[in-house]
Amino acid sequence: MCDPLKMAQLQEAKAKYDEKVSKVLTKMPERQAEFLNTSGIPVERVYTPLDLEGFDYLEKLGLPGQYPYTRAVQPTAYRGRYWTMRQYAGFGSAEETNERYHFLLKSGQTGLSVAFDLPTQIGFDSDAPLAQGEVGKVGVAIDSLWDIERLFQGIPLDQVSTSMTINSPCAVILAMYLAMAEKQGVPFDQLRGTVQNDILKEYPARGTYIFGPRPSMRLITDIFEFCTKEVPQWNTISISGYHIREAGSTAVQEVAFTLANGIAYVDAAIKAGMGVDEFGPRLSFFFNSHSDFLEEVAKFRAARRLWAKIMKERFGAKDPRSLMLRFHTQTAGCSLTAQQPLNNIMRTAFEALSAVLGGTQSLHTNSFDEALALPSELAVQVALRTQQVIAYETNVCDTVDPLAGSYYIEYLTDQIEARAQDYIDQIDRMGGAVAAIEKGFIQKEIAASAYKFQREVEAKQRTIVGLNRFEAKEEGKPPDLLKVDPAVGDKQVARLNELKSTRDNASVSQTLAELKAAAEGDANLMHPILQAVKALATLGEICDTLRGVFGEYEAAALV
Amino acid sequence: MPEERKIRVLAAKPGLDGHDRGIKVICAALRDGGMEVIYTGLRQTPEQIVAAAVQEDADVIAMSVLSGAHNYLFPRVMELVREKGISDVLVMGGGIIPEEDIPALKTAGIAAIYGPGTDTRDIVAFIREHVRKR
Repeated sequence: MCDPLKMAQLQEAKAKYDEKVSKVLTKMPERQAEFLNTSGIPVERVYTPLDLEGFDYLEKLGLPGQYPYTRAVQPTAYRGRYWTMRQYAGFGSAEETNERYHFLLKSGQTGLSVAFDLPTQIGFDSDAPLAQGEVGKVGVAIDSLWDIERLFQGIPLDQVSTSMTINSPCAVILAMYLAMAEKQGVPFDQLRGTVQNDILKEYPARGTYIFGPRPSMRLITDIFEFCTKEVPQWNTISISGYHIREAGSTAVQEVAFTLANGIAYVDAAIKAGMGVDEFGPRLSFFFNSHSDFLEEVAKFRAARRLWAKIMKERFGAKDPRSLMLRFHTQTAGCSLTAQQPLNNIMRTAFEALSAVLGGTQSLHTNSFDEALALPSELAVQVALRTQQVIAYETNVCDTVDPLAGSYYIEYLTDQIEARAQDYIDQIDRMGGAVAAIEKGFIQKEIAASAYKFQREVEAKQRTIVGLNRFEAKEEGKPPDLLKVDPAVGDKQVARLNELKSTRDNASVSQTLAELKAAAEGDANLMHPILQAVKALATLGEICDTLRGVFGEYEAAALV
Repeated sequence: MPEERKIRVLAAKPGLDGHDRGIKVICAALRDGGMEVIYTGLRQTPEQIVAAAVQEDADVIAMSVLSGAHNYLFPRVMELVREKGISDVLVMGGGIIPEEDIPALKTAGIAAIYGPGTDTRDIVAFIREHVRKR
């Protein structure tokens, strides 16, 4: 579409069209005076090649598996293999969750994803005073190597890839996983999986921090370094926009804040003495897939292109794998409604389809009952089947990045990239993501977007079916919800007592003392943590040792 | 004429749950509704929440829990509210609270429970109607 004559003809045709439209509008106005997507980007009536003037195909898109990876990170994408179907799951005791894992694997799921309860995520044992009422509630309770062995009972670790949503105590849980692999006789270099290990989004969005940013960044780079040498197939971080979006950000903010955090991790690792191409290939990402279908597709493509440029131009990465933004996606929990919950099946299906059209490497689809409780077995099966229908029935996977070249998609991809870059520049000027978080900038931006969204819903400027339009006179009762056994807390405490009375307590104290000494110095903490875990020190004991050296983070209550 | 005292609300996140989108939106909406809002931030124990309510002379305690720990945390706050002799404070809760848990929470003294999809104007109206009169 570069022929100047043709472009002039098009311009003329477009002018005629605009004229005709203005006549139509006097008789029949459009539904809204202005159309905006969730990021506030104006959406025009129609897009044509005029909106993509000077569009350089190779520079903007390239071919699949080629820089800047807009179309896909792999040359064959889903024609080779589908994404990993990975449902986040965990509740109650290790035994109950293990049963759910076997059910999911039997249903055709291709990877595991562990949800830990809040005490575990914040480095408390189940008998800690603050753990009261929380044990086993939003995930599985893990106190020691014993629990993680029960969690993976009957699952050969060289045959699954495991994703673990664990952040501040990530080193401890990863060490437990490694110690278990050793016992199963699986060499570390055959282990595949991901740890979230993304502390920076915990401060503004998710809330499971223990230590402040500085010691947390050290733990993260220690994991990078250890895994690069010892667990080469492991994804050492999943830099997450998911929770930033759930906390209320727009699509543009999700891309911007996530990649700004990514920049901070790369900076920290380089500062710790690693080469960008040593750890760059093992960085992975995690995004939300929200309800604005085309905006989301464009978002994934924009994120891929922007990260490739950042790694190449800013950090001088040479290994193509360092440039590839590989990501997991979860459909938007915040888009689910408690009203008419079956409608959530449709929402999730559309969101999942955007993630697939955006080229995700792995996917979690939410269950329709999740605005009400943790998902029941039936709901989780429907969610998994949704992915299978997309993969096996819709044929959208048979050609790579099928929406590329749509005038609107390419325009939107450019817009999202440019607007995210503006935010990243702004964060750079503040001194980077850590400083921006400390100043409360990111928190305030997210909270403002969240409140704006809520007001739009209440003013009915934004329709949510079944909530502010098409409400049901009477809500039918949802199907059976999952109930976590309230006795799980007592059981965990009993198990802890048993552990402490049967293990070799001298060797626990010894390994904890070694850990303390290492934390006070600058040795890699993965080694002493691994020793402590093997000696059956508990998660709480290990984190308390680190608390003693690093202190605890206290958030300012910003609203 | 003396200026009317604004309704004072202590907004709190009890327990370990880090989901604070909802409570922050409520804080903004209550402020827009003409109330004074003090937000505690994350990870508050019931003891800390009640102590803050006493110290801030709050008329309302508004708590949000999405982790499923409400059946322990909300009644525990009510126990302490009674112990401290501030039973005239209006205590409300919100979050992911299953329908079947609501009657017991109300019996424990929680005045209202709000779930996902609540219109914030309903919360403002409820507080205005039920808050203690000074």
